[in-house]
Amino acid sequence: MTGATPAIVARGLTKRYGTVLALDGLDLDVPAGSIFGLLGPNGAGKTTSIRLLTGLARPSSGTATVAGIEIGLDRPELHRRLGYLDQDPRFYSWMEGRELLELTGRLSGLRGAELTARVAEVLDLVGLRAVARRRIGGWSGGMRQRLGIAQALIHRPQVVFLDEPVSSLDPEGRRTLLELIGGLRGETTVILSTHVLGDVERVCDRVAILDRGRLVIEGPLEALLAEHARPIFLLDPDPGQEPAVATLRARLADAAWATDVTAAPDGRLRVVVSDAGAAAAGILPLVVDAGVSLASFERARPTLEDVFLELVGPPAPEDLDGRGFVRPREVAS
Amino acid sequence: MDGAAILLRKELVEQWRSLRLPLTVVVFALIGFASPLLARFTPEILQAVGGSIIPIVLPKPTAADAIDQLAKNLTQLGAFVAILLASGAVAAEKDRGTVALLLVRPVGRAGFLLAKIAAIGLTLAVSVLVAVAAAWFYTLVLFEPLSVPGTIAAGALDWLFLMAWAALAFLASTLTRSSLAAAGIGIVALIAVGVLGIVPALAAWLPFGLIGVGRALALGLDPPTVWTPIVGTALLITACLGLAWLSFRRQEL
Repeated sequence: MTGATPAIVARGLTKRYGTVLALDGLDLDVPAGSIFGLLGPNGAGKTTSIRLLTGLARPSSGTATVAGIEIGLDRPELHRRLGYLDQDPRFYSWMEGRELLELTGRLSGLRGAELTARVAEVLDLVGLRAVARRRIGGWSGGMRQRLGIAQALIHRPQVVFLDEPVSSLDPEGRRTLLELIGGLRGETTVILSTHVLGDVERVCDRVAILDRGRLVIEGPLEALLAEHARPIFLLDPDPGQEPAVATLRARLADAAWATDVTAAPDGRLRVVVSDAGAAAAGILPLVVDAGVSLASFERARPTLEDVFLELVGPPAPEDLDGRGFVRPREVAS
Repeated sequence: MDGAAILLRKELVEQWRSLRLPLTVVVFALIGFASPLLARFTPEILQAVGGSIIPIVLPKPTAADAIDQLAKNLTQLGAFVAILLASGAVAAEKDRGTVALLLVRPVGRAGFLLAKIAAIGLTLAVSVLVAVAAAWFYTLVLFEPLSVPGTIAAGALDWLFLMAWAALAFLASTLTRSSLAAAGIGIVALIAVGVLGIVPALAAWLPFGLIGVGRALALGLDPPTVWTPIVGTALLITACLGLAWLSFRRQEL
């Protein structure tokens, strides 16, 4: 399935709700068979993008195709090719889990033995076979989320949109689901919307970062890390030398090559630098001058969180409302 | 339409498990049983309650009174039940968030609406059948036999009458996210159409005209007009369903 033809192509995709600009001219090419992370803080436009691409909402302007089909409301041809998990999946409480999968499978064209086999397969995949005959009304949030994933995959869609798929899962459930998503690589295109950056790093090939409705950057994960993450050094001082560590922290912060120095709760110092060479040469003399003994000193591998903070950063004070939440972007109606 | 058939099955199972279908049938069965009984015993009840204070003289009840009582109960309680059934059909799905679960599947929105209204129509059809059968039987026991073909025709017209209110509430249900608001709009529509019936030129075309036709057919009489209220009601239902589809196909979910 991986190939030159993109699974999703969006051009200038824009969505306004009254004067609120929820998505502003999104241009996107998602390669077929890739696992694509859609990242951004709350209100960035991730869910809006997914709602537009799945045909649940109508763009104010711009165009997009999913699996070669133009998006829009009431497009059975589009929906034949995609699977979707809502960030807050809702089901019929009177239905059994198995019944829901049979219903969604039938609606997607599965019949007879193929349907029965596929329902059993996805129930096993998400670990719900034992409770499949119980009514959904009594299920926990995590079980519902796993059922949501099962119904999204029941018909082996070409493209699956998973909006915050691990938000209700415990650590074990999260690990299992990420493995499941990873297993789809090459067969199904997965759009994974989340603000859990570690999850994206574990499974995604490519990442798009959205902020306040705009695409900030898009590209292969490794390229983004290499290009945008600043070098980081971690210093782990031996315990019981707080005054000396405070002095060291102040001196590091004054260094020309240091862009950010933070102390973790466990006492470790995290030094983000602009020039790795200068920092590597300059940090240890400052440690010696401050009289700090270190248990360890290492150059850390930058994470997606570093890229995210570098590119998105904290919101400007004028963008926050009275309660400290980021205001949506507004445009003239 | 394959998707619509699958969704119709889901709707009927939902109506059964949520008890909407059995409860509606029970209410209509009670209407069917109670109407001839009330017609037969109302004079005696009134006599027993107030006859010692004011002399009450009522004509001897007939099968026509049983049919009139049935029509009165269906136009009031029956219409109210039809509105309640239809008001949550789409609005509740939107409110619960389950509509997206179905409509990201390759089933058109027309199929989704068709399954909903067909399930409501089937529920009302079974309920009216039970009501009319019960009323026919008790009229036979307490008065005289009614014309079987005429009673069946009257039942069909009663069903069409109820479908008119269901269609109005169904339209309201597609326009709003609240079942309560949709039911309110349906009841206001019921009253408004009742008020329009005051205009003689309009009255024959409105759903209320079906009741008089049904009464005449059940009693073996010749109704003055048959097709005018049928055509008028069918047009009202078609307009409501058409508007519901036009609105729903453009809605963001």
